[in-house]
Amino acid sequence: MSKNSFFLARMLMWSLLRRRSRLLIALLGVTIGATVLFSLVTLCYDIPRQLSREFRSYGANLVFVKAGGVGRMSLAELNQAAALLPAEQLVGLTPLRYESVRNHMLPYTAVGVDFEEARKTSPYWRVEGVWPARSGEMLAGSDVAEKIRLTPGQSLTLDGRNEAQERYDKEFKVTGIVSTGGVEDGFMVISLSDMEEMTGEADRLDLAEASLTSNSAALSEISAQVKARFPGLEARPVTRVASSEETVLSKLTALVYLVSLVVLSLTMICVATTMMTVVLERRREIGLKKALGAENRRVAREFLAEGLILGVLGGFLGSVCGLFLAGAVSASVFGRALTPEPQLAPITIAVSAVVTIVACLAPVRRAVDVEPALVLRGE
Amino acid sequence: MSESARNILEITDVSKIYGPLKALETINLTVPPGQWLAIMGPSGSGKTTLMNIIGCLDTASEGAVRLDGLNLAQLTRAELTGIRREAIGLIFQQFHLISYLTALENVMVAQFYHSMVDEGEALAALERVGLADRAKHLPRQLSGGEQQRVCIARALINHPKIILADEPTGNLDEANESLVMDILHNLHQAGSTIVVVTHAPEVAAHAERVIVLEHGRVVSDK
Ligand SMILES: Nc1ncnc2c1ncn2[C@@H]1O[C@H](COP(=O)(O)OP(=O)(O)O)[C@@H](O)[C@H]1O
Ligand SMILES: [Mg+2]
Repeated sequence: MSKNSFFLARMLMWSLLRRRSRLLIALLGVTIGATVLFSLVTLCYDIPRQLSREFRSYGANLVFVKAGGVGRMSLAELNQAAALLPAEQLVGLTPLRYESVRNHMLPYTAVGVDFEEARKTSPYWRVEGVWPARSGEMLAGSDVAEKIRLTPGQSLTLDGRNEAQERYDKEFKVTGIVSTGGVEDGFMVISLSDMEEMTGEADRLDLAEASLTSNSAALSEISAQVKARFPGLEARPVTRVASSEETVLSKLTALVYLVSLVVLSLTMICVATTMMTVVLERRREIGLKKALGAENRRVAREFLAEGLILGVLGGFLGSVCGLFLAGAVSASVFGRALTPEPQLAPITIAVSAVVTIVACLAPVRRAVDVEPALVLRGE
Repeated sequence: MSESARNILEITDVSKIYGPLKALETINLTVPPGQWLAIMGPSGSGKTTLMNIIGCLDTASEGAVRLDGLNLAQLTRAELTGIRREAIGLIFQQFHLISYLTALENVMVAQFYHSMVDEGEALAALERVGLADRAKHLPRQLSGGEQQRVCIARALINHPKIILADEPTGNLDEANESLVMDILHNLHQAGSTIVVVTHAPEVAAHAERVIVLEHGRVVSDK
């Protein structure tokens, strides 16, 4: 039997290799199908992740304050609580401290932030000019800047009194004008360390904003943990944003799955049509094999084996192309690199093999039922 | 019974009816083993239809066909396939070689469906038709005459009881025709039973016996 199996492999190989143009057409069909399938499913996996990050762009979704919202917390307190946040889901965490300051006798609110973290938790801040890079530099809120005609590059002095009623003042260089569409537009935004140095008072935080990719259930869980472990603190999920985000996400995912389903059935029809043409073209060959004494079952099995090879090959190529396609879509739509899902490749190959075989079944059965006398007459 | 055992082929009152058309009408024909029979007749006279019935590719509408003692009418489709595999060697006017397989592999295909491939034996068969040096060529790299000789090697490979050739030289020039006839002569000498359909008298002249069909009837048997 092994000699015959070897010959069968030889026949299948030559059928695929020596009928190259035909093979390429069929392979192209299967590959395109597998590519579309692979990239859509990859995107299905990735879209919630990507969009989660997009939604994070709209600000913090967990805010730490002193329990009851009264009083200030220390950095140590915050860091202890922040240790509960899952590191891999944490986009950023910035402490904030507000102080009343004056400039030329006029009162303003200054907010001290960690600029580096603020860029992560509040990526929607638009800065005209540049972000502060060193001590003594600041951002002016757009409303303030308009009122007192500040432009990037100008300097100003902020002064005030600390809790001990001691006077302080410090000169700042405005590196940029920030517009957020929120309260920050009316603030002077300086670095937390400058604020601590200027007031001579350290380790006082009004609140801290965290941005996480976790869903609302996970956020409530974190909030409960903080409450249990650190009674002096409160972690408030910003629930309104979080829940609407999930509604949008689930709707979008459903939509993508629906589109995948439609594309998959179209692909199947396309592959079936291609296989139909390929098989019908070879009716004479089937007739000849039957005339030589081949049983229908045997001829059919050989064709299905060819279909299987095509399906696996197309599935493999499709996975490779699909990875690039999904990567390109991800890059152009989300502007981010895709996280590859290698476990999708074997699934794509299996689906593509099954689809190809199913697509071959009907045409092969029809071709095999043909009377050899009819196709061999060839008049 | 002893009579039927002696004849390789016995056709009794066979008709083939296609709707209003009687392609064959009450044909009676007996072929003893080792005979070389030629079937002649104008186009449409039923030669191919008769060959297909003898070759188990088709069944008679009426009458009985006995091939090597077996009554074909009583056999199932699968059993007829088995007879084709075991007892019949087919040679076609259009060769019908598999385009993506070499000459050698085309011969091996017949072995593959019959029992077991044997490359040495297949090569020997090609050698017998003078094509040992063309074994690795694809059909499109072979001339018409060479393709027909591959076809003959394929028909011979499983030692069939009867060789059926439907216009084997119909697509060949004179030189190739005589090459093919030489091979058939050798087969005949070796004891093969051969049925050749042709409308070329010089091809029919090689046979021991010539029957002529017209409108589905045997009009002459010499
Ligand atoms: N499958 C078929 N259906 C209907 N008519 C057929 C079929 N096969 C052959 N015929 C008819 O039977 C007659 C004999 O055909 P055929 O045996 O091919 O003739 P020949 O081989 O002598 O040229 C022709 O008239 C042909 O048209
Ligand atoms: Mg004919």
